[in-house]
Amino acid sequence: MYRYIISRILLVFPTLIGAAALVFLLMRLVPGDICLVRLGSGGTSFTQQALATCHAEIGIDRPWILQFFDFIWGMARLDFGKSMWSGKPVIMEIATRFPISLEVAIMATIIAVVIAIPLGTISALKQNTWIDLVVRTFSIAGLATPAFWLGIVSILIVLDVTQAVFGHPWMPPIDYVPLWQDPIRNLSIVMLPALTIGYRYAAVSMRMTRSAMLEVLREDYIRTARAKGLVRRLIINRHALKNALLPVVTVIGIEFAFLLGGLVVTEQVFNLNGIGRLMVLSVQNQDYTLTQALVMVVVTIAVLSNLVVDLFYAWLDPRIRLA
Amino acid sequence: MRTGFRLGAVVVSVLLAIAVPASASEMPKRGGTLTYMIPADAPPSFDGHQEGTFAMLHATAPFYSTLIRVNPENPSSPTDFVCDLCTEVPQPAGEGDTYIFKLRPGVKFHDGTPLTAADVAASWNKIISPPEGVLSPRSNWFMMVDKVEAPDPSTVVFRLKFATSAFLPALADPFAFIYKKETLDRDPQWYKKNILGSGPFKFVAYETGQSITGVRNPDYYHPGLPYLDGFTGIFADKQATRLDAIRSDRAAAEFRGLPPSARDELTGALGDRIVAQESDWNCGSMVIINHKRKPFDDVRVRRALTLGIDRWQGAPALSKIANIRTVGGIVFPGSPLAATKEELQQIAGFWPDIEKSRAEARRLLKEAGAEGLSFELLNRNVDQPYKYVGTWLVDQWSKVGLNVTQRVVPTGPLLEAQRSGNFAVNSGANCHGVVNPLLDIQFFLPASVGIANYGQYEDEKEIALYNRMLRETDPSKQRALMREFEKYVVDTEAHQLWVAWWYRIIPHRSYLKGWKISPSHFINQDLATVWLDK
Repeated sequence: MYRYIISRILLVFPTLIGAAALVFLLMRLVPGDICLVRLGSGGTSFTQQALATCHAEIGIDRPWILQFFDFIWGMARLDFGKSMWSGKPVIMEIATRFPISLEVAIMATIIAVVIAIPLGTISALKQNTWIDLVVRTFSIAGLATPAFWLGIVSILIVLDVTQAVFGHPWMPPIDYVPLWQDPIRNLSIVMLPALTIGYRYAAVSMRMTRSAMLEVLREDYIRTARAKGLVRRLIINRHALKNALLPVVTVIGIEFAFLLGGLVVTEQVFNLNGIGRLMVLSVQNQDYTLTQALVMVVVTIAVLSNLVVDLFYAWLDPRIRLA
Repeated sequence: MRTGFRLGAVVVSVLLAIAVPASASEMPKRGGTLTYMIPADAPPSFDGHQEGTFAMLHATAPFYSTLIRVNPENPSSPTDFVCDLCTEVPQPAGEGDTYIFKLRPGVKFHDGTPLTAADVAASWNKIISPPEGVLSPRSNWFMMVDKVEAPDPSTVVFRLKFATSAFLPALADPFAFIYKKETLDRDPQWYKKNILGSGPFKFVAYETGQSITGVRNPDYYHPGLPYLDGFTGIFADKQATRLDAIRSDRAAAEFRGLPPSARDELTGALGDRIVAQESDWNCGSMVIINHKRKPFDDVRVRRALTLGIDRWQGAPALSKIANIRTVGGIVFPGSPLAATKEELQQIAGFWPDIEKSRAEARRLLKEAGAEGLSFELLNRNVDQPYKYVGTWLVDQWSKVGLNVTQRVVPTGPLLEAQRSGNFAVNSGANCHGVVNPLLDIQFFLPASVGIANYGQYEDEKEIALYNRMLRETDPSKQRALMREFEKYVVDTEAHQLWVAWWYRIIPHRSYLKGWKISPSHFINQDLATVWLDK
């Protein structure tokens, strides 16, 4: 088991270095650079000297190989340098945005779990009834509806309904305040995006819960439990659901990791100043250092969650660690 | 006849009069906090001298003073400049090459230290001749300035290399914030991350990428101003977010410009709770032609491109869906240097008879052996108005037998393609702040002297013509030279094509008063005269 854990942990490092090299190269293959965007995106003019000064200021006039070694050496020391756009330390830029993305991810996960597990279980237990049909339709709609579209529509619905009812359109505040400063205002800002994302997230988990439950319910040990005369509630809660949740937990974990950096469009729709929006901004601005750091954060989260899942499976299933 | 061509400007004035009823006669109310949207993400820095984006200006202009500025009570005028820190806009002394400014007494920075002529001179010297490693993207606007001096604490003297009417409008640059000399001497980059001005509002807080907040400066030197207790600017680059915020009254306005559909959506939903101010915009759509790409090295082909475009019919039609409206030459339509409609109609591409124009285009293409020419139109991946204009141009050129495909790319790759000459024809834009035609048309100068001409050509005759015009101080002679220059660059040589002027639409909550639209989203944003009628 220890050899398996060590080998999996050691695999993380070449994965990270490979990802670092890839993102470094891809960013520089895109024509243009941050100085052109900074000086010329407004349609205004600028001097050649200004462009040269900008290049020198942020260090992109140096050979790529030096920039790459700087990046890798900085990464090894957990120092990603400064954002080429704002001049602020990249860590600070990410740290400012991370709590918002984390909060939305946690709330969406809670919403997803609260919706998915009961409905997925009921759907499996009532297979091929009208209840199953309704739940499946609900989950398929969630899978088919893009979260950003749902976000836009939900805001418009709120605006239209409040205008029709109260005469004045209302929408949640758009200037974020932390939870500990003003919990009600914070929740009113975060609730709509969390619901929007949570719906899709719930749909995925609901499908997984249903199929896992259906599989488990056909297992011999469930039949044995029934034959023993155990009450239905105990069979479902203690024997069926507990075992069926293993793949569901995996899906929830992976989805959660995705939400921490993947809410690219949804954060834009709700004007949330999170990691996803920062990612879009950094790519648009061709801010190499910030994009590299953000990609590395996302890759690290993905690699670590995969590692945890692998270890979790190994712990559950001896065949994996002994193979 | 010029009056006829000024119809656009008159229409704008009438619209303004209707849109802002009796604003002048209303008594401003003090107090309240204005929340407005800044239609962008966070600016790279807070240093006005180093940045060129409106995102920086809309966030920080309320904190700063400038030496002179566009009159905030009459910002739609392209020639009305008033003092901010000075006491009187001076007449040039000497041979028209010396400007002596007297400063208001008692002006203080927000930290309580007095603002003196030394601060003004140091700020301007940083803009005109930046220290090593410090950006100054607009330094070329001040090529006429020889030196800036502060002979005593209340006097600033600008000595020019030559007299030119381009100087005063350039001096009203809204980015030219006045900083503390002591701070600049210590660290010329300090203002990138810090805010310390002498303007109507004091800096309170900046939430990175989210919002910026200011409160009234009780020591502001313009008596009675500002009216607001404070303001909050919220960054939001998505138009839908900004519209929703205005509609739900989370914000009162945004000050860049929205398309006609957004105005209609807001007025449809809110009725008289929304007021729309509109103006011609000192930005325009143009076509950049790469002279190094065959067959565009042939002036006949370039002229055919401009002759194929029906601006007189197209601009009004585009104005229904895009931020485009007025047909004009290379000079902003409201400027005394702008062409009249009759003058304009003498220029290829602006002829009143489009059939005659297109027939000539086909003849030129045939003569140049470029009939049925296929090429790619490079465009910016921005809806308003780039993609609308690009799509329209493709259609216009198809009417003279050209097969044009449009390729849209993000800003970075577009700018790279422009600078490296990796394009054939580009649908671009030319955008400015203060209306200053002599500097605004630098876009048309060859790359050896122009700073952003991507046409890849040289033309000594054009440069000589420009230099004569720049140094001509007699208005009528200067105007005649401008006509000659305009005809030369967009007709005779058709170096680049001018398509149409943009149109600025600002729908805002009707309780927001005292803000007047200008021809640029860069100017009149210090919010000192803004008040809330609620």
